[in-house]
Amino acid sequence: MTDVAGARAESGPGELEVRIWRGADDGGFTGYRVPARPNQTVLDVVTEVQRTHAPDLAYRFACRVGVCGSCAMTVNGVPRWTCRTHVRRVLDEGTLTVEPLRNLPRIRDLVVDMAPFFEKWQAAGGVFEGTATRAEAPARVDPESAGRRAADAGIECINCAVCYAACDVVAWDPAYLGPAQLLRAWTLVNDERHAARRETLDRAMGPGGCASCHTQGSCMRHCPMELSPTEGIAGLKRRSLAAMFLGGNWLGGG
Amino acid sequence: MERRLFVLQRLTAVLLAPLVLVHLGLVLVAIRGGLTAAEILGRTQGSVGWALFYGLFVVAAAVHAPIGLRNILREWTPLPRRAVEALSAVFAALLLVLGLRAVWAVVA
Repeated sequence: MTDVAGARAESGPGELEVRIWRGADDGGFTGYRVPARPNQTVLDVVTEVQRTHAPDLAYRFACRVGVCGSCAMTVNGVPRWTCRTHVRRVLDEGTLTVEPLRNLPRIRDLVVDMAPFFEKWQAAGGVFEGTATRAEAPARVDPESAGRRAADAGIECINCAVCYAACDVVAWDPAYLGPAQLLRAWTLVNDERHAARRETLDRAMGPGGCASCHTQGSCMRHCPMELSPTEGIAGLKRRSLAAMFLGGNWLGGG
Repeated sequence: MERRLFVLQRLTAVLLAPLVLVHLGLVLVAIRGGLTAAEILGRTQGSVGWALFYGLFVVAAAVHAPIGLRNILREWTPLPRRAVEALSAVFAALLLVLGLRAVWAVVA
């Protein structure tokens, strides 16, 4: 299955050997050799492979500076942003293996279909519904209120799908909505401007919802924005219990 | 439904924790004390207290375990959803029947 571009069987000093997934589900790894540079990221390596060895290599990136989340891939078994991953930090006994993100359908090479990720995002009640119009003044939300602080802790999510790829429950249960999706639901449940807070909570606690989370914490561990879907899901569980027992008074803080 | 099952599992866990500890304590007392079956039955037969204690234990376990098993079946087997629900319900009924029969056997 491996075909190494380059004449020698062993990579020489100053060279890096990288295995990259080619094809879709029925594909395999192909080995490439690129110069080992002192400050290269995995994205640099993938780009160099595409430019010098495999012009048909499919991969995604955009900002290349760690703010957009487009370059997320599985590097030596771990989901990460490749533009923020220095090769020297992740080399596993001198080897580098790059595959597409787990838990999403493979399109080709390193590109996955993000559609299921966003479909679940909507299914989890992530679509905001306003309660005011442009004719009214903007809502005055106290930034120090418990609700706003809880929402703020989760709104920096840029939907890169690293947590989704890291989550074992997503791998085991196709109906599970996912960490980013539930964190988004949590931010809306805490958003006093949202018209459908109870509906979002019910969706988040419904089939495929946060009751399936086993609190393994892989999402929290791997989130490049250092967010914690684990905490959001715990909050949803607590708030759902409150809703069940307190009825209309469920909108307590925390 | 998911929320209700989640809450039931957590609530029965709260019940089961002390019940299990007491039960383990009883087992230790019975074994250390060298109690015979006849001696144990002498204490449990006709006892409303033991009937309630173990009756509650059985009901809590029959609710708690199948909910967990349901999740496990869904995550680790390729069984369709309806089969998972059915198996879990059957397991719950089994635990309830076997458990209550056992309780009856020692308190009646």
